[in-house]
Amino acid sequence: MAQIIENNAGKSEGGKRKPKKHSTAIDMTPMVDLMCLLITFFMLTTAFSKPKAMEIVLPEKNDDTTKVKSPQIPEARTLNIILGENEAIYWYIGLANPAKPPLPVLTKTDLSKDGIRKLLLEKNKDVYQKITELKDKITTGKLVIPKDSISSEIKKIKNEDKIGPIVLIKAVDNIKYKEFVDIIDEMAITNIARYAVVDINPVELTMIQSAPK
Amino acid sequence: MAKIKMHKSSPHVDMTPMVDLFSLLLTFFMLTTSFRPQEPAAIDTPSSISEKQAPEKEVLTLSLDKLGKVYFNIDNGPDTTTKFRAKLLEKMGEQYKIKYTDKQTETFAKINAFGMPVQYLASWIDKKDGTERDKFQKQLQKENKAGIPTDSVDNQLAWWIFYARQIDVNIQVVIKAESETDYKRVKEILDILQDKNVNKFNLTTNLEKVEVKLN
Repeated sequence: MAQIIENNAGKSEGGKRKPKKHSTAIDMTPMVDLMCLLITFFMLTTAFSKPKAMEIVLPEKNDDTTKVKSPQIPEARTLNIILGENEAIYWYIGLANPAKPPLPVLTKTDLSKDGIRKLLLEKNKDVYQKITELKDKITTGKLVIPKDSISSEIKKIKNEDKIGPIVLIKAVDNIKYKEFVDIIDEMAITNIARYAVVDINPVELTMIQSAPK
Repeated sequence: MAKIKMHKSSPHVDMTPMVDLFSLLLTFFMLTTSFRPQEPAAIDTPSSISEKQAPEKEVLTLSLDKLGKVYFNIDNGPDTTTKFRAKLLEKMGEQYKIKYTDKQTETFAKINAFGMPVQYLASWIDKKDGTERDKFQKQLQKENKAGIPTDSVDNQLAWWIFYARQIDVNIQVVIKAESETDYKRVKEILDILQDKNVNKFNLTTNLEKVEVKLN
């Protein structure tokens, strides 16, 4: 813009026709504008299009139960989490065996920060603390280990764990997929060493019926 | 007193270095960008703290929309000679006694996810471009014919998975489901996968940050 005004002013003053002096500088403003736009576009599209993935491994299906004995789990360490309707979560410790009354009592909680996460953290304090300490040491530089062996270190802590809970995740049929992902995510957040997704059994279904609302 | 002569500076700034830098950045971003492939249905995935990148090569993607319809996608494999898609279509053709022409196989290798019974696949491939194919898919959705059949009478999804695993044993399964899908439906799909000996899954999620406090 400024350039155009300048040129016009020059012309009106001098009446004589001079051989035009071409400036070597080209006005690059529009080009720069366009480039800015394109760069912004590409920067935004690259940053946001990388999807993340959460890995889960389900226990292998085993039709022939006689051949392989299912692993025995210590009752006191078993934490059963049942995903119920309307985003409710019930939990109990131990085994619900109708042959051995009384049945365990369900406690109702939810997916919030003070709900199930608090419970899981409390139960899994030992492993969680060890892992956070390890991570702290790495970030502060007290401990130097190659980056790809961090996950194996964490795995080692988890494998050595003898007191943390063994979480069994069960769900009723009419819940949303989001809740399922959320509870698996909760396991990752609280660094639960052992958890499995299993089918709900009829005893537990009746237990939900009589659970506190 | 002599007047201080002001330097007459031109209002023009030399923009060449700036343009240089910009061109460099632009080229970089243009070359590194990978655009999101066209999806047959818009899917809003749930979020998790997982920072693991979703695998990009040798993946079998099963997308589940809100209604639980399944869309299937597979890539062509790690290099140009593997041609997974072409092989898979051929196998499925044999299974369902459908002959695909060379041209159809070639087109199929270049395109993306689909969600329809195998009987409609030929007419979907024959559409002249992506927009037309999209229209065809939408039309099926309206007629309630979209999604790969998963019922026990004609479990086409199981066959797709079976042949995909036969072509590439290392294939990874990615499940991309909408947050609002019924868990029961997702479980059905997981059961089909487990019947075909797939026990490890990647669930596509968005990244979220959470705050954890131990008291």
